[in-house]
Amino acid sequence: MSDTSIRPKMERETLRDLLIRKLPVLLVPLLAIAGLLAIGNPASWVTLTAAGLAMGMMIFIMASGLTVVFGLMDVINFGHGAFVTVGAFVGFTVLAWLGGWTAPPSVMMNLAAVLIAILAAMVVTGLLGYAFERVIVMPVYGQHLKQILVTMGGLIIAQQMIHVIWGPDEIHLSRPETLQGALVIGEAAIEKYRLLAVSIGLVLFLGMRHVLKHTRVGLLVRAGVENGEMVEALGYRIRRLFLLVFMTGSALAGLGGVMWGLYQETITAHMGSDIMVMVFIVVIIGGLGSVEGCFIGALLVGLLANYTAFLAPKVALISTIGLMVVILMWRPQGLYPVVKAK
Amino acid sequence: MTEPLLTLAGVHTHIGPYHILQGVDLEVPEGGVTVLLGRNGAGKTTTLRTIMGLWRPSQGEVRFGDHLVSGLATPDIARRGIAFVPEDMGIFTDLTVAENMLLAAARGPMDAKRLDWIKQLFPPIGTFWNSSAGTLSGGQKQMLSVARAIIEPRRLILIDEPTKGLAPSIIRAMTDALRQLKETDTTILLVEQNFAMASSIGDTVAVMDDGRIIHAGAMRALMDDAGLQEKLMGLSLEAHQ
Amino acid sequence: MLTRLLSGDTPRSGILTVFLLLILISLAFAPFLFPGTKSLETAARICIFIVLVASYDLLLGYAGIVSFAHTMFFGIGAYGTALALSATGAGYFPLVWGTVAGAIVAAIFALAIGLFSLRVKAIFFAMVTLAVASAFAVLVSQLSWLTGGEDGLNYRIPRELTPAFKLIGGKVFGVTVNGKVLAYYLVFVASLVLFLIMLRIVNSPFGSTLKAVRDNAFRAEAIGYRVVWYRTTATVLSAVMAALAGSLLAIWLRYTGPATTLSMEIMIDILLMVVIGGMGTLYGAVLGVTLFILAQTYLQDFMGVAAEATSSVPLVSALVAPERWLLWLGVLFVLSVYFFPTGIVGRLRERARASGR
Repeated sequence: MSDTSIRPKMERETLRDLLIRKLPVLLVPLLAIAGLLAIGNPASWVTLTAAGLAMGMMIFIMASGLTVVFGLMDVINFGHGAFVTVGAFVGFTVLAWLGGWTAPPSVMMNLAAVLIAILAAMVVTGLLGYAFERVIVMPVYGQHLKQILVTMGGLIIAQQMIHVIWGPDEIHLSRPETLQGALVIGEAAIEKYRLLAVSIGLVLFLGMRHVLKHTRVGLLVRAGVENGEMVEALGYRIRRLFLLVFMTGSALAGLGGVMWGLYQETITAHMGSDIMVMVFIVVIIGGLGSVEGCFIGALLVGLLANYTAFLAPKVALISTIGLMVVILMWRPQGLYPVVKAK
Repeated sequence: MTEPLLTLAGVHTHIGPYHILQGVDLEVPEGGVTVLLGRNGAGKTTTLRTIMGLWRPSQGEVRFGDHLVSGLATPDIARRGIAFVPEDMGIFTDLTVAENMLLAAARGPMDAKRLDWIKQLFPPIGTFWNSSAGTLSGGQKQMLSVARAIIEPRRLILIDEPTKGLAPSIIRAMTDALRQLKETDTTILLVEQNFAMASSIGDTVAVMDDGRIIHAGAMRALMDDAGLQEKLMGLSLEAHQ
Repeated sequence: MLTRLLSGDTPRSGILTVFLLLILISLAFAPFLFPGTKSLETAARICIFIVLVASYDLLLGYAGIVSFAHTMFFGIGAYGTALALSATGAGYFPLVWGTVAGAIVAAIFALAIGLFSLRVKAIFFAMVTLAVASAFAVLVSQLSWLTGGEDGLNYRIPRELTPAFKLIGGKVFGVTVNGKVLAYYLVFVASLVLFLIMLRIVNSPFGSTLKAVRDNAFRAEAIGYRVVWYRTTATVLSAVMAALAGSLLAIWLRYTGPATTLSMEIMIDILLMVVIGGMGTLYGAVLGVTLFILAQTYLQDFMGVAAEATSSVPLVSALVAPERWLLWLGVLFVLSVYFFPTGIVGRLRERARASGR
């Protein structure tokens, strides 16, 4: 064997290449610094940054499933918002039952109630995801146009069913006692619930990364995103893997729904479709199919939305569209374009 | 060697509006290397993909051993003991070499002895074990692709042009590896345009043109029959003589 | 002559012809056949939505592009006319230039979005338009100094188009021919003309190329068609038509607000109408719109009766409550996409072909 074949081909990365590769990650602190300069007042900035990160984390939770589902099977679920809404309604119902646990000022009891509500929401939305995949999505694999239409139809039906089950009115529910109010550090006030949201989001992101990088299922998902055919040729049933991912994504959307509901303290049957706008922007910014991109996109959108809501409230939503346009002009496939074999 | 291991009978495959395979009849005997020759566009790759279930034949049948496999889903065909090394190598570039191998061992943990044998066949697999597969050179990717196909014992391996675009030294290494593989009772169906390489390891040969098999027989016979070579030359072998 | 007017695209089904004629005659003589404010409102809504939905079908059915920004273009047209009329007072001149300006702005927006996102993927376009359209709706409701915010704009239109104006002293077939009737005929004639123009477009060489691009973009590109150009042109044309429909609505209602033009509900209504009626045929828009709007107006009464009848069964009565009519249309929509993607019109034509017409 000649040694030409085993000589390392990898070239040393120059600092410039490294910077370009890492630039998407750096965008988050860059945006935060720009926010500080624009806002001027450090205390408001801390409050807004915490709010932005919390919002970003919640959007990430809702968007992550959507982006992996797309990456794996080229399926975009326009009805994803239905899982958010259903999750929120189930979670609120459970929390209302557990009123005895949410009212007293006990951290343990309050968190336990939230945890139970989240679990219930995730179980219900996960199962709903199973039904949705089998009934709505499966018959239209590979047909984008029909997919968009049918999943949109699924969303309409789901929204109407929420009206049937929970009635036509929006539901209000206060956060559990110990999650109300804010921590005051110096002059900056950070709402306690936002800290919880950031922690849950961070744990979830790290957990997801771990699964994707270090478990067989995670490796299969990543391999499947790149080349689904080859995964099948190795003997794995990618449809089953996809169903699992779809259910997980739905359950995560349900989790996000509970958290978003508690954040707003009000839920409506159309909250899911409202949030989907944000979710789509995040998924596009990150690069369809990329979990890392989705995470960074979500943080960027969360921060920007909160900064602009403070600086120029009328253009808050437009600013995120602006961000999307700028990023797409720079990278037409999003921050982390997903490598496809074909 | 009585019953062929793999039989294609009257297989037609359509891809969209195109009728690619127009009645392929092919027998791959158990053991040894069967080489599938033919010019570009003759339908060689489509034949392999049809066997693997990646395209559904519109007509005809594919038998593997005693079982009808045409119509089965790709993973089920793979689980019957067929491995596939596609033309584009199908490497997961986002994963490391180790992870690529791990996924290829679909039935369980990798067999250490087999892995040692593979690393000896293809030293770069060991050298770059923990590197990202995306950073490998073309030849190294090809080695990884073949390595994945043999990490578990298989009855049949389909290999699509493993020497395409590779340097002569790597072609030699690849040929060597396939020769060793042949000795392990693995049947190989090899698509190849490099006649020198093909004739050096092939036992039987089939030549395709326009979506049909136009010649099938022993490699020895083809090599000894200058007239036949001449006849087929215009169709498939010209570029490589 | 008639065939030429229809650009050679005849209904090709006996039942369909009957339906279409029935709709045409009903709309043409609506003020006299169905006197009363509610039915005239319904008829005008049907006319305007036929243009709106047909223009959406131009995009969805003929070009195979899913857009969620159609209400944005509809709204741009409506606000163009509305802003011009409220800025300069009632008059035909602002009415015309407002309408033209609205159409031009819609064209520019559509061009920008098309060039920006049609290169990548159909799915991408759907997502981008969804985001842009909702941002636009929010922006319109925020900029209340210009648009009147959530309350929208009330304005006056030329007097000849208002109920106060009497064309002739007496009654025709027992109906007073006032300005409202004139306004209705303005809407009706404009809608008919726009519909025939669209029929011409989809049956032109441009229309057939569009379909070729829809069916096989790769092949069309290989033959030498510039796919992005065709798709973008279709987007722009469809946006202009939607804007004109919006202007008609602005004239008819004498009011323009986010709820009547920009809301997601209208977008979903459009989707339902086009799919149930039949994608890829403009007659589908006619049938879809008529059925949908009649259902919206009258199905609810029927469901009210059903809900009464089942009031002892809690879940069932909730399912058939009049407010849940959208649920059933949603189910019908999903079933249509699966089982008869060509919609009602496609079905009728198949039947006609099967029975040797």
